[in-house]
Amino acid sequence: MPNLEHPAYPAATLHHLESLVPCRESQVSMLLSIFGERQQFSFPSIFIYGHTSSGKTYVMQTLLNTLKLPHVFVNCVEYFTSRLLLEEILIQLQSRSSATEQTSQVSCDTFNDFVRLFKQAVASRELQDETLYIVLDRAEQLREMEANILPAFLRLQELTDRNVTVILLSEIVWELFRPNIGCFEPFTLYFPDYSIGHLQKILSQSHPPDYSADFYAAYINILLGVFYMVCRDLKELQHLAALNFSKYCEPVVRGEANERDTRKLWKNIEPHLKKAMQTVYLREISSAQWERLQHDDGEPGQLKGLSAHTHVELPYYSKFLLIAAYLASYNPVRTDKRFFLKHHGKIRKTNFMKKHEKTSNHLLGPKPFPLDRLLAILYSIVDNRVAPTANIFSQITSLVTLQLLSMVGHNDQLDGPRYKCTVSLDFIRAVAR
Amino acid sequence: MSTCSVSKGCFVFKPSPKKRRVSQKTVHFGERKDSGDTDLQFVTCQALWNQIKQELEQIQEDLNKQLLDNLESFLRRSHSEFQAKTTEWTYRMKSREIPTAALVLGVNVTDHDLTFRSISEVLQQNVTPYIALLEAKDCTGIKNLMQKLMGQLMNCYIDVDSLEDEDNVQVSHNRIRCSMTSLVNWYEGVTKKTSSETPSKKRTSSSRHWLSSPIVVIFKDMESFTTKVLQDFIVISSQHIHQLPLVLIFGIATSPMIIHSLLPHSVSSLLCIELFQSLSCKEHLSTVVDKLLLTTQFPFKLGEKVLQVLINIFLYHDFSVQNFIKGFQLCIVEHFYSQPLSILCCQMADVKTRVNSLSHEQCENVRRLPSFRRYVEGQVSENQIALLTADNYLKEVVQKLLEDLHVYHENYIPVLRCLHVLTSSLPKYPLGKQIRELHCMCLEDQVWETEEYESALQLARMLNKSDLVNVLQQCVEIFVSSAVKEFDQTVEKLKEFLTQFQKLEVAEAFQERDVSVSSQKELQKKTDLYHLQKSLLELKESRRSKKLTKFEMLRFEVVDYIDGLVRSYLAPADHKTLHEVVYFNTPSVLREHLNAAPRIALHTALNNPHCYLKAFSTVVTAAEGPDAASSDQVDDIIHARFIRAVSELELLGFIKPSKQKTDHVARLTWGGC
Repeated sequence: MPNLEHPAYPAATLHHLESLVPCRESQVSMLLSIFGERQQFSFPSIFIYGHTSSGKTYVMQTLLNTLKLPHVFVNCVEYFTSRLLLEEILIQLQSRSSATEQTSQVSCDTFNDFVRLFKQAVASRELQDETLYIVLDRAEQLREMEANILPAFLRLQELTDRNVTVILLSEIVWELFRPNIGCFEPFTLYFPDYSIGHLQKILSQSHPPDYSADFYAAYINILLGVFYMVCRDLKELQHLAALNFSKYCEPVVRGEANERDTRKLWKNIEPHLKKAMQTVYLREISSAQWERLQHDDGEPGQLKGLSAHTHVELPYYSKFLLIAAYLASYNPVRTDKRFFLKHHGKIRKTNFMKKHEKTSNHLLGPKPFPLDRLLAILYSIVDNRVAPTANIFSQITSLVTLQLLSMVGHNDQLDGPRYKCTVSLDFIRAVAR
Repeated sequence: MSTCSVSKGCFVFKPSPKKRRVSQKTVHFGERKDSGDTDLQFVTCQALWNQIKQELEQIQEDLNKQLLDNLESFLRRSHSEFQAKTTEWTYRMKSREIPTAALVLGVNVTDHDLTFRSISEVLQQNVTPYIALLEAKDCTGIKNLMQKLMGQLMNCYIDVDSLEDEDNVQVSHNRIRCSMTSLVNWYEGVTKKTSSETPSKKRTSSSRHWLSSPIVVIFKDMESFTTKVLQDFIVISSQHIHQLPLVLIFGIATSPMIIHSLLPHSVSSLLCIELFQSLSCKEHLSTVVDKLLLTTQFPFKLGEKVLQVLINIFLYHDFSVQNFIKGFQLCIVEHFYSQPLSILCCQMADVKTRVNSLSHEQCENVRRLPSFRRYVEGQVSENQIALLTADNYLKEVVQKLLEDLHVYHENYIPVLRCLHVLTSSLPKYPLGKQIRELHCMCLEDQVWETEEYESALQLARMLNKSDLVNVLQQCVEIFVSSAVKEFDQTVEKLKEFLTQFQKLEVAEAFQERDVSVSSQKELQKKTDLYHLQKSLLELKESRRSKKLTKFEMLRFEVVDYIDGLVRSYLAPADHKTLHEVVYFNTPSVLREHLNAAPRIALHTALNNPHCYLKAFSTVVTAAEGPDAASSDQVDDIIHARFIRAVSELELLGFIKPSKQKTDHVARLTWGGC
């Protein structure tokens, strides 16, 4: 384990920092050496990437807060337009520089304005000589904004001529960011996934006050044994740990086992956790419901999950319309005559199916079909006569709004509309029953 | 008029009856027999409809009560736990999910508006003033969604806090930054204000909301939202859940699975989803039918064919109770509009005065009614003359007949319910599962002459005792609650049956034991195969020809008694004199209005150029007033315009000539063109 060392910061602070970011020491020390001392210019832009919940945001926040470095932290999903994003950065800057002064309304439409206002904001601050860090979380959103935003952020130090470093946090690799026209290459830093050992260590750190750390660590060990196969998300695991811990403690509370009786405790909790994996982890039932169940000692079987309610009740003709749409989507046009006409004539068995049709149509997905074909199939599958009233047409539209059908390429006003059937075979089977 | 769908398709606009009424009055004034009672007709119609509307609102409220109660307690629970126990370890460790109610409402999208309206009303009253209703068509991007959300929330804030601090909120929406931070700031400001205000001053408006009211965001049509917008919104709001107690409500028309197909696990794991299901629309319809049609509360009735049309539209096409009610309303309006005698379709208390004030012309109308003519034909000749000549005598008779009709309805309904109780306990439901099907059958014809009725009775004769007793008990309840004097005897009789069944139970227990014991003894006696076979055959024989047991006799008696009730009370309504006054039975009108067939109309029009031309000239001259369109001869200029327009359309490809062969007469006359 590398101990954090840096001449610019007191050892106690560094030690505290190290305790806050377990399993991320090497990344932190790397960042510290790039940052250098407070007043030193740092690398203009740093790109940090890693999988979901590999501690990118947490490490950055802890680092900047513990060392009290001046910074601005913005989530790009939340500020979804460039204008909102730039204004948010300026607002945070203003509120940082002068707590007493009322923040005035900033309006910043372009990056040009931003650079100007940014200079003003920095100039009014006392800490002009310190490096300012702008952290852009979920930076992949920047790609959806105007084309100049990302390259400009990468060169912000140069553009503003101020001591500023932009840090981008993202879940995807830098190669997917690089614009066609080229740009300033940031320093890239990778946060690897936590290993099972790391997870164990991190999760065990936050044990409840009423129980010993060892007891909780044993619990985490069992939990990871069950969930590590499906879930490596630290937050999710922590959530699951908190949800199920009371069940784990049950034998101890009732006095049936003591804290060291690992085997007994394991027997008690293991089936419970497996059940949790099938229900609460998938959000089939909510965590609140899960807790209530645990509290009342009820069987999770009584509570039906979301996917238990798959049945959709449809009006009579809607059912037929949906079935007709399904047939139209998955059968080739040539077979219509054979399936839906009484006297369709003989079909030679040989080479009836062309080669490419031998692959299952279900693998290929639904094909679009015109409205008239849908209606023709409908008329032939409904026993009695169907009048093509407006009600039938409005049902097609409502099936589209229910996302059971979808309309394809409706920009052509001259042709009739074309649809696709979006439901699965199982659904159609249930409807047809 | 506009639709809520952006997609191309065909939309039906139900004619708004009141508007149509006015326009018809002015345009086709000559068509209807003007009796001079138009105003009275109108007033009666309005009064009746208002009454029905109130009843419907009550029904709606009752049906939604359960759902609303559940939803309310969910909302109250959702954030209070976190607020109460923030210090506990588990609550610190758990990730804070956004409480979400998945509200499965069924595919009848047209009814949802009403449900959401009542939900937001109730929530506004009891839980929180901060409610935003979002629709997919307004939220194409996250930006639009935020704008809409903030607009609605900040407006509702004005509503609650009256207008005293208007200057504070008068910030135009363009200037508000549409981000979650501004929403958080706004919320902090609002809650601080309400909590700091003196309680005495605010008691009236906000005492029922608790201190930190959650913000409820309702997604009306979950299916139509795009994945991206929903994901972004959920991710953003989950980051502010600590400062902003959000609760989401997803309105789902199909199945809750849609949540999983719209949202990836990383997003759905931010939610704490609980499922709520509203009443199925079929049950809703049953209640509406029960409360509107199977009651004597409202004088207006639907004829069999009309009811069938409305129910078919419901079952075959839309599942929409609102449309059913609209159809019902159309029937009422149409009835009062087309039937001059509909002024007599009022509460029994008013009948006397209305009958007495009938004009001579109206009396003639009465005499023209087919059912009344049938009635007259059945009378002795002096009476016939009196009925046809003396208005005053006629009025007396009419009043009596109307009273008879009312009594008929009073009797009809409980007997119908009894028959339904009996038949709905039979296997395969020969007379229908729902009471409305039975009602239709009874209206259509004499139900006891149908084959289904015959088979139903046969099945009823095979019911076991517990079922039969159950049916009888329910029948007694129905008759007692109907409170019709005429049925006092019936109740007595049914109760008698019940006591007889009880006696039987005791007696039979003894008998059966005897029989079984003796036969078994006999079997035991004979040991060789031949005798055994013989005795078994005998036993079988005796069982077949065995006399009916007491229970079976009684069962026959009961079924026959109910059959008798049916025959005397369930005669179809169109056999009754003056039924035209209260029954609306012109399904063609209804079909014309509700089952529009645009394709057929277009097809016929386009196949016949003359029709096409006529329609064209009507449209063109419509602006000039009705007189211009009425002349048969089409103006030459319009003709020329038409031909030019057609060829232009052809050139653009909107229409094309059909390959249909020209009629030979036309060919002879016009040549090849």
